[in-house]
Amino acid sequence: MTAFWSLFITFLFLLCFARSGFAHKPSDSYLNITVEDQKIEGQIDIALRDLEVAIGLDTNQDGAITWGELRSRHAAISAYVLSRLEIKEEIRPVRLSALSSYFVPLWAKEGKEVVFPIRIIDQQVDNHTDGAYTVIHFEIDCCTDPVSAVTISYHLFFDLDPQHRGISRVTYRGQTQTALFGPDNFSQRLALGVHTPLQTFISFAGEGIFHIFSGFDHILFLLSLLLPAVLRRQDGQWLVVSSFRPAFWNITKIVTAFTLAHSMTLTLAAIGLIRLPSRWVESSIAVSILIVAMNNIYPVVTARLWGFAFAFGLIHGFGFASVLSDLGLPPGARGLALVGFNLGVEAGQLVIVSLFLPLSFFLRHRFVYRQFVRVAGSIAVILLATIWLVERMFEIKLI
Amino acid sequence: MSITRTAWVVLVVSVFSGWLHWVEASPFTPTDDAQVLERLPFRPSDPAARQLREWRAEWMSSPDRFDLAARLARGYIEQGRRNADPRYNGYAEATLTRWWKSPNPPTALLVLRATLSQSRHDFNGALADLTQVLKRDPDDPQAWVTQALILQVQGEYQKSKESCFRLQRLSTTLVTAACLAGAGSLSGQAEKSFDLLKKMVDQYSPPILGGVRGGNAEEQLWARTLLAEIAARRGMPAAAEDQFRQAFLLKIHDPYLLGAYADFLLDQGRAKEVLPLLADEMRADGLLLRLTLAEQTVHADSFSQHRDALRDRFAASRLRGDRVHQREESRFTLWLLHQPQEALKLAEENWKVQREPWDARVLLEAAQAANNHAAAKTVLDWMAKTKIEDVTLTKLKTELEK
Repeated sequence: MTAFWSLFITFLFLLCFARSGFAHKPSDSYLNITVEDQKIEGQIDIALRDLEVAIGLDTNQDGAITWGELRSRHAAISAYVLSRLEIKEEIRPVRLSALSSYFVPLWAKEGKEVVFPIRIIDQQVDNHTDGAYTVIHFEIDCCTDPVSAVTISYHLFFDLDPQHRGISRVTYRGQTQTALFGPDNFSQRLALGVHTPLQTFISFAGEGIFHIFSGFDHILFLLSLLLPAVLRRQDGQWLVVSSFRPAFWNITKIVTAFTLAHSMTLTLAAIGLIRLPSRWVESSIAVSILIVAMNNIYPVVTARLWGFAFAFGLIHGFGFASVLSDLGLPPGARGLALVGFNLGVEAGQLVIVSLFLPLSFFLRHRFVYRQFVRVAGSIAVILLATIWLVERMFEIKLI
Repeated sequence: MSITRTAWVVLVVSVFSGWLHWVEASPFTPTDDAQVLERLPFRPSDPAARQLREWRAEWMSSPDRFDLAARLARGYIEQGRRNADPRYNGYAEATLTRWWKSPNPPTALLVLRATLSQSRHDFNGALADLTQVLKRDPDDPQAWVTQALILQVQGEYQKSKESCFRLQRLSTTLVTAACLAGAGSLSGQAEKSFDLLKKMVDQYSPPILGGVRGGNAEEQLWARTLLAEIAARRGMPAAAEDQFRQAFLLKIHDPYLLGAYADFLLDQGRAKEVLPLLADEMRADGLLLRLTLAEQTVHADSFSQHRDALRDRFAASRLRGDRVHQREESRFTLWLLHQPQEALKLAEENWKVQREPWDARVLLEAAQAANNHAAAKTVLDWMAKTKIEDVTLTKLKTELEK
């Protein structure tokens, strides 16, 4: 008998191997809460299967859970959830000056923790990938002071299934955070971003700077435009400018035109007055780079390059706007965020230009610069811009 | 408007809003008390359910008895395997909580913990537990065979064979042969492994009567499935078909067998046959994937619905932080979403954890589609080292090396 059992069990283990992931959908619940200044609204989706194991739902034991059976167990479900879910709010003390809140990290501040009772509104049903869930809508009547953090303690089902997870999203003023609750981290504190205007401005300026440095296409456009700034076209020949002043003046005009143009369109797009499809915008940006680079090799426009800069700057502004919309303008501080982002972009550009200008000025006499950098560099840019154009037009990835 | 036109409008609007509702999948309040919202895995009167309930009741009356807990845990694990339902692994783990974190747990707990770890693809954790088990009890066949199989998944064929050899005096010849054949077929001895195992398992089942004569049906299922896979890898579709047929004759519902056969059918250009095979198997993500791949080929109506369902399931998995699905997700991303770069990333992550022929295949296919021959190099080197015999992998290798 023992031999048989050991073989049988051996077999179970071989086959329970399920040699690669099949239906790995273990047990999850989904908790979504939206924190507003006076109250918290929430929704928790719980699988009927899990509730069946925990408290029993199939009252007539026929292997199916009907709406009638579920309704009759609503009170028991509420009791189960309320005994295992706790949401504490942390209230920020009112007297905290803007300056000190900037220097003291948000998570270090001590607030007052209050537990307000959860009020269950109703229960609906929803179908997720692994079956039917009950959807419990609840509210918490909160406080008059602004909330700086919430601490969620989640204990559902861990005693019956340690692989159960509570997947949670907390939204406050348009910003969402996620948290995963498991038996090893069943209580988590989530700081809600209470940004002072200064913090908003600085963070968006930072985003602007970051975007210039990470958005290779804008830099490339600018540099391609600036390449011939220290040169002069005369009688079909490329000549160097004699002194620094014309070069500096040239570059200033170009950069200012670009800046003005993209600021305008960025603002118009960000406040929603103009919307352009992003595929078109991104492709046009690639085209702009292409044209400018080609112009460096076969000059068509030789004077008043700032005109180019202005015209294409309008399009680049729409490109910036899409980045800004991905970040999400905080309601109530939109103007500040917009200005901050714009100034960040400007600052980034300024850094690049101030690095480029002396370098190109000192190198302008060299053959290397006039021919190699200008021509070979432009060819490389043309190739890259063409690839980008194809990628963006047809929405494929080549590199 | 005439009555017929009104009727049409009403019909169209209701169909559209019904579709919209389904697409939206937002919470709803049912109106009919008799509406069935969820069908449980089995009726409470089902013998398996009854058995588990009995065992659970016994255990709960004496929760300190480890043997009762272990029996219940094994029952849950077996049920989970049969249904391809990982919730049971969670229930099994809950049963063992009392002993789970203890510094000197019972040997049987280590074996169960290793089994649950490998279900989560924590192979190193499982091997650590099994090493401890075998130190205490070098004659534990379950531990040896589980260790052998994990090492095989990790691509450590020599070490796997060593574990298989230990089964010779501890288990049946069929189990030993299947263990060795698995590793052998992937390290340059495919023909020998096939012939030996076939001889062994043919002793048991009479093809004519379709019944099972002697021996353990589960062991035969394992052997037949393995033989079918070896034959498919060797490029012998007739032999593979025959072994699959014999496996199905055993009348055991096995998700792994269904998946392997579906893959075989897809490779043979018989996608149409996959649809009836997997029509009722949509709860298992891996089987839904094969079904959807077949539906794409034959342009079935439910294709886009199933593809979206798969996308949701992989997203749900990611939300929880589970990474057990990367092989399937890579296949999905490449063949159903047509995103080779993303598929390659997933395949590379997957390769860090497991190295079965399919893991090599998804990486090579993704590398080929993404035109990234450098990424394929690790797999190609591994193939040369292990001397793996697999016609699909060889074909990909040739194409990539051009």
